[in-house]
Amino acid sequence: MSAANEIANAKLVEISRRGRQGIARRDFLKSSVTLGAGLWIAAYVPELAAGIAETNGKVFAPNAFVRIAPDETVTIIANHSEMGQGAYTSLPMLLNEELEADWSKIKVESAPVDAVYNHTVFNMQMTGGSTSTPSEWERLRRMGAMARIMLVDAAAQKWGVDAVGCRVQKGVVIHTASGRKASYGSLAESASQSKPPQNIPLKDPKNFTLIGKWTRRLDTPSKVDGSAQFGLDVQVPGMLYAVVARPTVFGAKVSGVDSAEAMKIPGVRVVEQIPSGVVVVAERFWAAKQGRDKLKISWDEGENAQLSSEKMLRDFSRMSASPGSVAKKMGDPARALAGAAKTITAEYDVPYLAHAMMEPLNCVVDLKADSCELWTGTQFQTVDRLSAAKVAGLPPEKVQIHTTLLGGGFGRRANPASDFIVEAVHVAKVAKAPVKVVWTREDDLAGGWYRPMWHDRFAAGLDAQGNPIAWTHTIVGQSIMQGTLFESFMVKDGVDGTSVEGAADILYGLPNLQVDLHSPKIGVPVQWWRSVGHSHTGFSVEGFFDEVAHAGGQDPYELRRKLLEKQPRMSAVLQLAAEKAGWGKPLVAGRGRGIATHFSFESHVAQVVEASVEKNGNVRVHRVVCAVDCGRVINPDIVKAQMEGGIIFGLTAALKTEITLEKGRVQQTNFHDYQMLRMFETPEIEVHIVPSEENPTGVGEPGVPPVAPALTNAIFAVTGKRIRRLPIRLSDLAGASEVKS
Amino acid sequence: MTSFFVNGKPVKVDDDPATPLLWVLRDSLGLTGTKFGCGMALCGACTVHLDGQAIRSCVAPLSRVAGKRVTTIEGLSSNLSHPLQRAWIEVDVPQCGYCQSGQIMSAAVLLRENPKPTDTDIDEAMSGNICRCGTYIRIRRAIHRAAEMAAEKKTS
Repeated sequence: MSAANEIANAKLVEISRRGRQGIARRDFLKSSVTLGAGLWIAAYVPELAAGIAETNGKVFAPNAFVRIAPDETVTIIANHSEMGQGAYTSLPMLLNEELEADWSKIKVESAPVDAVYNHTVFNMQMTGGSTSTPSEWERLRRMGAMARIMLVDAAAQKWGVDAVGCRVQKGVVIHTASGRKASYGSLAESASQSKPPQNIPLKDPKNFTLIGKWTRRLDTPSKVDGSAQFGLDVQVPGMLYAVVARPTVFGAKVSGVDSAEAMKIPGVRVVEQIPSGVVVVAERFWAAKQGRDKLKISWDEGENAQLSSEKMLRDFSRMSASPGSVAKKMGDPARALAGAAKTITAEYDVPYLAHAMMEPLNCVVDLKADSCELWTGTQFQTVDRLSAAKVAGLPPEKVQIHTTLLGGGFGRRANPASDFIVEAVHVAKVAKAPVKVVWTREDDLAGGWYRPMWHDRFAAGLDAQGNPIAWTHTIVGQSIMQGTLFESFMVKDGVDGTSVEGAADILYGLPNLQVDLHSPKIGVPVQWWRSVGHSHTGFSVEGFFDEVAHAGGQDPYELRRKLLEKQPRMSAVLQLAAEKAGWGKPLVAGRGRGIATHFSFESHVAQVVEASVEKNGNVRVHRVVCAVDCGRVINPDIVKAQMEGGIIFGLTAALKTEITLEKGRVQQTNFHDYQMLRMFETPEIEVHIVPSEENPTGVGEPGVPPVAPALTNAIFAVTGKRIRRLPIRLSDLAGASEVKS
Repeated sequence: MTSFFVNGKPVKVDDDPATPLLWVLRDSLGLTGTKFGCGMALCGACTVHLDGQAIRSCVAPLSRVAGKRVTTIEGLSSNLSHPLQRAWIEVDVPQCGYCQSGQIMSAAVLLRENPKPTDTDIDEAMSGNICRCGTYIRIRRAIHRAAEMAAEKKTS
């Protein structure tokens, strides 16, 4: 193993170990622990942070997160990627609440890859888990306060007054008594000489002027005039283009390539085999694609050639009939079931899902003898850098990633194996020039790394009053952590925590509960997808809970309220959603209401869906009412937008999309057979935010899990038909008439 | 060589005339505001104007635009002054933003042909444009707002 590879391996193991600590430190987010200033200084002063560009002494750069130039420009360095969730606005709001610079002077830059930018909980540079604002809630405010204190000190020194007699307003330091003023830009050079403060107190939240206020996003102008740069837009001098022919069966190996016809396409430079398939490098993307279309490749298909979704459905159902590794056990569920007045059972299924970001995957690599530069939209900088370094045969410090805007991430751009990055470095070795690897939509849909397919088998026992007293839940599906560098701490006693989240930690008060898990090993690559395990357990748990309510003759809202007595925050969002949706009030004829709650990524969400079903089985979603408690709100409009977006994302999964395999091949190829929800199908959406002074929690994902079950519960209410499998098919409901009560 | 006009300026490119206009704009002319999403005219991200009509540039061969006028998002206005751009900013429409060039170019043709569209008019004109982030409700609201702004401008 080369020295570079040894270093890279050692670092990957180290990340894995620190990540384990990081997970334990998640409680950090829940408390209001304040760290001493010394710790912040040590961690974030530029000269201690490797790789931070030298400033020229005129620009004030008190820490790795903000720079103030003499021309008043305030550059905030964002260590979380912008994939639509608003990080490039929320993070500056956190910092500028304390810094108090002129908001109109703020520019955002993406952070280079450096340990100083590691996620405060997960200990690596990454964006995910709906944690961008929660994880930076304290740090960025401290960074802004640090800068402000040093600017005030510089002004006070200049004027020969006490800092205490100065205040700040919109990027200007003012000496209250004399009225003297100095702009931040004019103080930049002298502030660079200020000593970092020993104490960095933060504002009392009741004095916030920015956090909690509706604030327009900083990136909107560039996104409406074509100037916003995504990874796919990057152009570097001398750049070539590449497309890769990847196996149609996962794990298949190339056994022969005939590239004669491909090489005849004008502009095609080279065709060569790489670990992920066969690459065509050309002077233009279109030539590369034409070249790939002309390749004749024979594949040794291997063991996954017989993969079939139909067979997996049957296999999963069979597996779920026996208990798996126990994820949660409370009381004695078997005994309680046996003694119950009434028992019900049900099986639920959801398919593989692709992320289908609007911007297909891409990566530009400029690989030189002693350095490697990459440009791409990624959510996973630390791991990507180490993975790229391994392939490049370079020490990680010689590899730099320029993170662009992401045209959607949804988790796909945080790939545990850095698949598209690793492939691009291999391509760069072949191209011997800067090269942009482009994935087409077909490549994206067939490329794997899906949200797994899941099967659930439930049983519930009710007492004579119709209350659930026993609940068992067997889950079958691939572990997304198995085989990754996260396995050692995410999989315990055979249970991948992400496979059972939302099920094992169910919030309803159930005296006898068991959740167990089978994690079959299947050759389809899988990973996290917006809301991860919750994307599946939200549907199945809330759907089955509704069945339990009906079996016991109880109103689905009332039973939820009863069993959430010990969960005040979830109870509050449930009641708010029900109230705003008019639960219990008469509805337009032919419509039904369904309700669902889900707790994920520390946020509490409840949704009510109003839907109707046409004679041919077509489902129409009229209205979604969403209530959310995400702790203290940073930007209410961003919370609203993330709920709206999460709901539409979840409705697409409920109504439209599945990835299926037949003879090892993925059946879906583009947006005609993997259909996205479109404007004409979009319901009215109302979002109600519960005011809170708790620490902020995430909003990127929590809007997704409740909508599918709220919809299927609404369908049950209006037709009496129970949907237990997504996506909903016309044939499920064709001819189902309105329930006659 | 194919000669045509982009955003009012004459251009000449030597790409194969069968090359989709999208890739000529992006790779040969460096106008990356027009986006690639599907390559099959299913998603609308590649929408540009050809002699004022909305077309999907991912399936329009270069030969089709010879001698004609193409407008891309970069040419919609010189300084974010188009009512749609102003409305998109006022309503804070974009999330990731990748689909928004195509959304705006489609909406521009709608508003030119129908200055006071109803919700149904908007749904029909805009349902060829996919937004994976789910900004449809805001797009609709911004189109109404842009219609208002354009009408205000006319009467002032």
